[in-house]
Amino acid sequence: MTAPLLQVDDLRTWVASGDRIARAVDGISFSIERGETFALVGESGCGKSLTALSIMRLLPDAGAIVSGRVLLDGVDLVGLPERRMRDVRGCKIAMIFQEPGASLNPVMSVGDQVRETLGRHLGITGAAADRRVLELFEAVGIPDPARRIGEFPFQLSGGLKQRVMIAAALACEPQLLIADEPTTALDVTIQAQVLELLRDVQRRTGMSMLLITHDLGVVAETADRVAVMYAGEIVETAPRQIFFARPAHPYARKLLASVPGESCRDGPLAVIRGSVPPLWQAFEGCRFADRCDRVAPVCSQVAPAFRPVAAGQSARCHLYDADTEHPGEVFANVPPPPRFAEPAVVTAPDALLEVEDLKIHFPIRKGLLKRVVGQVRAVDGISLTIPRGRTLALVGESGCGKTTAGKGIVRLLPAVAGAIRFEGVDLAQLKQARLRRRRRDFQIIFQDPFASLNPRMRVLEIVAEGIGALDFATTACEREARVDMLLAQVGLAPDMKYRYPHEFSGGQRQRIAIARALAVNPKLIVCDEPTSALDVSVQAQILNLLRELQQRLGLSYLFITHNISVVEFLAHEVAVMYLGRIVEHGSAHDVLHAPAHPYTQALLSAVPQIDAASRRSIVRLQGDIPSPASPPPGCHFQPRCSKAQADCAAAYPAEVAVSPGHRVRCIHTVE
Amino acid sequence: MTLGFRAVILWTDALVLALVAGVLLFAAYTSRHEHLRAPWRKVARSTSGMVAATVLAAFFAVGLLDSMHWQRALPADKAGGPVRYSPAVLSVLDVLAESLRSHPERTFSAPFAVHGHTRETASQPDGTQVREYPRLKFGGRHLADPERDRDADIALGVLQGIALASIAWLAASGLITGISATRSGRRFDEVSRDLWSGRLDSPLRAVLVTLGVQLCVLVPLALLSGRYHVFGTDKVGQDVFYLTLKSIRTALVIGTVTTLVMLPFALLLGLMAGYFRGWVDDLIQYLYTTLSSIPGVLLIAASVLMMQVYMDTHSEIFDSVTRRADFRLLFLCLILGVTSWTGLCRLLRGETLKLRELDFVHAAQAFGVGPWRIMLRHILPNVIHIVIITTVLGFSGLVLAEAVLSYVGVGVDPAMNSFGTMINSARLEMAREPIVWWSLAAAFLFMFVLVLSANLFADAVRDALDPRIRAQFVRPGVWQHLALEATSRRRVTPR
Repeated sequence: MTAPLLQVDDLRTWVASGDRIARAVDGISFSIERGETFALVGESGCGKSLTALSIMRLLPDAGAIVSGRVLLDGVDLVGLPERRMRDVRGCKIAMIFQEPGASLNPVMSVGDQVRETLGRHLGITGAAADRRVLELFEAVGIPDPARRIGEFPFQLSGGLKQRVMIAAALACEPQLLIADEPTTALDVTIQAQVLELLRDVQRRTGMSMLLITHDLGVVAETADRVAVMYAGEIVETAPRQIFFARPAHPYARKLLASVPGESCRDGPLAVIRGSVPPLWQAFEGCRFADRCDRVAPVCSQVAPAFRPVAAGQSARCHLYDADTEHPGEVFANVPPPPRFAEPAVVTAPDALLEVEDLKIHFPIRKGLLKRVVGQVRAVDGISLTIPRGRTLALVGESGCGKTTAGKGIVRLLPAVAGAIRFEGVDLAQLKQARLRRRRRDFQIIFQDPFASLNPRMRVLEIVAEGIGALDFATTACEREARVDMLLAQVGLAPDMKYRYPHEFSGGQRQRIAIARALAVNPKLIVCDEPTSALDVSVQAQILNLLRELQQRLGLSYLFITHNISVVEFLAHEVAVMYLGRIVEHGSAHDVLHAPAHPYTQALLSAVPQIDAASRRSIVRLQGDIPSPASPPPGCHFQPRCSKAQADCAAAYPAEVAVSPGHRVRCIHTVE
Repeated sequence: MTLGFRAVILWTDALVLALVAGVLLFAAYTSRHEHLRAPWRKVARSTSGMVAATVLAAFFAVGLLDSMHWQRALPADKAGGPVRYSPAVLSVLDVLAESLRSHPERTFSAPFAVHGHTRETASQPDGTQVREYPRLKFGGRHLADPERDRDADIALGVLQGIALASIAWLAASGLITGISATRSGRRFDEVSRDLWSGRLDSPLRAVLVTLGVQLCVLVPLALLSGRYHVFGTDKVGQDVFYLTLKSIRTALVIGTVTTLVMLPFALLLGLMAGYFRGWVDDLIQYLYTTLSSIPGVLLIAASVLMMQVYMDTHSEIFDSVTRRADFRLLFLCLILGVTSWTGLCRLLRGETLKLRELDFVHAAQAFGVGPWRIMLRHILPNVIHIVIITTVLGFSGLVLAEAVLSYVGVGVDPAMNSFGTMINSARLEMAREPIVWWSLAAAFLFMFVLVLSANLFADAVRDALDPRIRAQFVRPGVWQHLALEATSRRRVTPR
């Protein structure tokens, strides 16, 4: 057996924050074989990215490697002088980052950025470099590479930018590629393209890959071996099949169980209580003990050792100590989660919200006099209905106009045409004063819990704002009592109201945002990707909370998301949106199991699945979503559609009902 | 019955008093609300902030003393007649610095000099005429043999001053320690020990050290200024130390009043332009683009000259030179304020454009919160750091602008002392041989200390007002400590 390509030995990276030292990476060891894909998974704040930055020696000023070895082909990178380290970076180890937009220099053409790496490491310049860049762009599947070389990052879509990043990373044929959340910022269809590209490149060049991600679906489709990181330590390593079939560590089990999906529709999702402990403290015992539901007295006293559990699988847990009997059965007696009582289905529930042919356009202005030269048709005639107490999921890729639609429905954006009937009253026609009184009935929760709370206001003022604006409680005392009640409703302690938002974690902030929306007793809440910025375990908590609130308070949700597994868990009905229009609409079961529109089929097939059995063959989509300023003629999806025919470009297809309540806009469907 | 004087409230005095009253009211309001008090407690814990505040306090004390004016009553011509008052308006500072004000020399003299700076022709008792450095009328007059005694006299003065300062400082620090001891309910010596070993939560030690340094510099200076011109004299023989002290008020008034005039324009128009966009934005942008494309000095010069004409034709309004100078200062502040809001306005507009798209503003809109309330509660607090930085950096800019305007001849009234006029006149003095450096040096030193401490204090306030900023710094020596720990760990756990 040959030596592994990369061997990390007892690596410790500490980061100073304030006058405390966080042990962000605290003694981790792993190795990556040649040609292998090694996935590092865990919640945010577990030290995954810092591990990658330590290997690259690109730590921020506040951080330092305090001990350990990083052996690449037998050479210890930790002790290497900076000058020689620069030869390693980009040449032997390349890295691609999460945000492709932020890692490309906006004032350099993308070709030059790849050429820079070639010139620095291989000394290739001039025409030879141009040829090589062209080859690389072709290799990563950039369409029309000769033209793209001279373009600038802002001219490229997110998926193309990530391809350029990969091209730059591959320029020197590195032995190891570190991919830090390479697809987190991308849509599922683009994610599928990028993952396939990475697998393809790896097959061709035989390089190794360190994949850092929180998305277990991506791991299941890409990795050979998996390591789970928790609070600066690796708690489990295992080959992929074994990991997904029999995870050993309680944390890994919980992580897998908290992924939403259709199978867990009837009950709450498994949640990991609490959050990752702060890393500046000295740990005694197991770091996961506080959150573990298999905790034993020994866990809080003695730190568990990292020991083999099965062939190729090791875990850091007392359950696998030599003196524990029947280690395989330790999870057998876990009680099944309580089931939600699905409310009795109301026969023909009355519609709370009816949207009819809603259009929201943004004018494009040009020139000195700012004349309108065109319209961005962000939402171009959508119709939907939400009954009381039900959830409608609006699904689509970024740029399809789903967020605009959500904001338009709560009248944060003016509608150009169409009607928004809320309990029979057309909101689009209401004057400001009447609209203001109506606003208590519909609220909105935003995607980014860090931008949606004013950093200079305390939780008390944030939650009480709506109460004050809509004259709910008059005295300060009443208002405070109501805030306490609301915080309790979303699972926060009343004394948290005196703190500022920055003192809370992402999940807690999202709870505050929910409490703020609930403050005015709304009947409808528009949830704009409320969990996409959160970790899986926190996402499970928020989804459970939303569901519980729906059952208790009879809320209706318009749930805007791109995450299909969330839709499977939460939605009663699904509307699929493409380029400002709804292409398919029906009950969740119909749309997810019998998708009729080619776009829905492609979208669903691109979702990475943990369970290999439920994996569909990926329908590859060509290119990116077109600009809503100049949509393609006829069916908007026709340029990317695999079933496109000449008729498709003739006219926008009419709505066809596949089955009762399941309507599709595609000329290929038959009633 | 007459008091022998009457209080005079000049325009700028009224503004200064209003400002002080406003600050006191704000402090009273803040102290009753715990969450408003918290950031100021954070300021009180910042070492650099409190040191700067100590220095600033001295400047403000001088400025305040110089803002209380009165006129003396003249001896009555006949009994029972109306009391007439002297046309000279004096301030408390003028009285305290009486000896500085009332002992002018003929012309230049160096700091601590006993002889003039230039040779003059003097007639000897025997009728012959010689060119010599004349003895000063005031500086070192008490010395019999200035060449021999001067240095010893100065040293003695410094020692006396330091002794006095030490007594004052001991009293002050005893008082402060006593207060914090009674507050925390502990014994005096315990608190004192904690204070001097730096174990106290607040940077009292640094404040006391600053106070000590200040006293050790200022008390000897004050003492010696009774016998010498400590900073020398200017061209017409006025004491430069006195001019510098008088200039402090002018600088503070220009800095604060101009800011007060400029802030409403910048805040209101900047936030409105960014929040409403559309035609409001177009209009406001048009306004400030036009305004900032007119050369500022020309605009100010035109306004000041117009005001000059008005003052000349209505001389009956201004019953004293001081009043006249004061009106001109106020007017200058107004003009500077009206012309200087454009920069801040532009910054605020840009920031507001960014903030209004953030989700928390949308959330407020979803509650039907009105635009003005959103601007006040959501946008203003999030741009306040820009306001603080710009105004404090603008403070030194304004003092310098005053210097430039004085150079063109449209600055403060020639009868009013200011750093600008001092710097302006120093321009010519620098070209003399031997060089006259002390006016410029004194103005520079005071301005430097004033602006630096204002900046440091504003920094501390800005950090304290941002709830996101905690003490984010690495203590010196942490990395050495870490490296040590790591190497020892490596030795203990052999591989």
